[in-house]
Amino acid sequence: MIFADAFAWLFDPVNWSGAKGIPLRTGVHLLYCLGAVLGASAIAVPLGLFVGHTGRGGTFLVGGSNALRALPTLGLVTFLYLIAGGGTGPVLIALVVLAIPPILAGTYAGIQDVDRGVVDAAKGMGMTGGQVLWQVELPNALPLLIGGLRNATLQVVATASVAAYVGIETLGRPLLDGLRVLDYGQFVGGAVLIALLAVVLDLVLAGAQKAIVPRGLRLVGQPTGPKKGKRSQKLVALAAQPDSGGSTA
Amino acid sequence: MGDLVKYLGDAGTRGLILDMLLEHIYLSLLPLVISVVLAVALGWVCHRFGWFRGALLGAANIVYTVPSLALFAIIPAVIGTQVLDINNVVIALTVYTTALLTRPVSDALDAVPVQITAAATAMGFRPLRRFLTVELPLAVPVLFAGLRVGSVSNISLVSVGALIGTGGLGVLFTDGFRSRYLAPIIVGIVLTLLLALVVDGLLVALRQWLTPWNHIRGVKS
Repeated sequence: MIFADAFAWLFDPVNWSGAKGIPLRTGVHLLYCLGAVLGASAIAVPLGLFVGHTGRGGTFLVGGSNALRALPTLGLVTFLYLIAGGGTGPVLIALVVLAIPPILAGTYAGIQDVDRGVVDAAKGMGMTGGQVLWQVELPNALPLLIGGLRNATLQVVATASVAAYVGIETLGRPLLDGLRVLDYGQFVGGAVLIALLAVVLDLVLAGAQKAIVPRGLRLVGQPTGPKKGKRSQKLVALAAQPDSGGSTA
Repeated sequence: MGDLVKYLGDAGTRGLILDMLLEHIYLSLLPLVISVVLAVALGWVCHRFGWFRGALLGAANIVYTVPSLALFAIIPAVIGTQVLDINNVVIALTVYTTALLTRPVSDALDAVPVQITAAATAMGFRPLRRFLTVELPLAVPVLFAGLRVGSVSNISLVSVGALIGTGGLGVLFTDGFRSRYLAPIIVGIVLTLLLALVVDGLLVALRQWLTPWNHIRGVKS
């Protein structure tokens, strides 16, 4: 039974210490993910806010980010790695590139989906463009924006395991090693660890989403039943929907 | 560039690449077709039986969190296929695409105006025929929006399968990496992008054909 072998591997103390231990690999995995999501946010959030607020370049943005989604993870990682001749930089760049589309889409869609009436009211009250963006559009866009961040995180967690192929000591390592030496316990054990990490990170971000999203929006977002609150429900659904192509690369 | 020309100049290589491309199409599009059927059925169940909805959509969200490399590995352990079986990839991608499509389908079915279903019922449509000829066609735009995301995502995910032995064009990446040779990697990336673009175009055309009422001049739905 493969699962029994996997548990044996998972609970073997030997696998929990040293440079090839699970804790260190999990740490490396998380560091890459954190770096990539932060890097991608630094690029994608301002861009999404700008395009969403001004309405300029929306078509180009959507087309471009869809094209980025079609980029095969493994191809991008190996390509950048060979071009740079090794190191951690290329993997990080590949991860940033892959995290940009979901964050960009979430930010842009969030701003776009803000009720025009609300924006008009803000303008009518004499708010400047900047005030409308920071005090009205951004808070209203938060559910979708964080939804984008969650998608990006999932995608990066998944891709960081693929990065083990080019020699990075992430959680993908036991999986690939297990396959090479036909140690299925290690193979499936590694897979279980990656899946667990992804689920836990998503839960953490879901908690953060609950904490950060303004209370007024949360009230609107409460679905009262399958038929009621259609619009807000749709928003929540959109944000929660795993819309990022290759999100689980 | 010279490398690329030399690489593609060999007829044997071109044949191999064509085989990989065909495998890639099979591995990415078969799950798409299967999951349309599954998602329509499950979406209907969610729409019809509200209590089922939360459980199913929650499960779908969790499934979507599991990275593909992990899922490719776990599936043989769960259903007992061989580790290098090509079906593992098909099943994994089917699971993802179904998880992706079920929610929008069920939402779209929920959004069909009651007057329309009532009118169909009054015209004597039985539930099955009403579902197939009235409610489902109205859900087509949403279904296709999901399908377009699913196809792009499947096409890019198949390559990851190369790490566990079945990857279509992904094999070009592992080959290129192992021999420190960029040409196959570039060919693989370009072909993957082209495939995604072509399939997306076909899906848009199919949607137009299936929903003629959406683009009659002057009528906006």
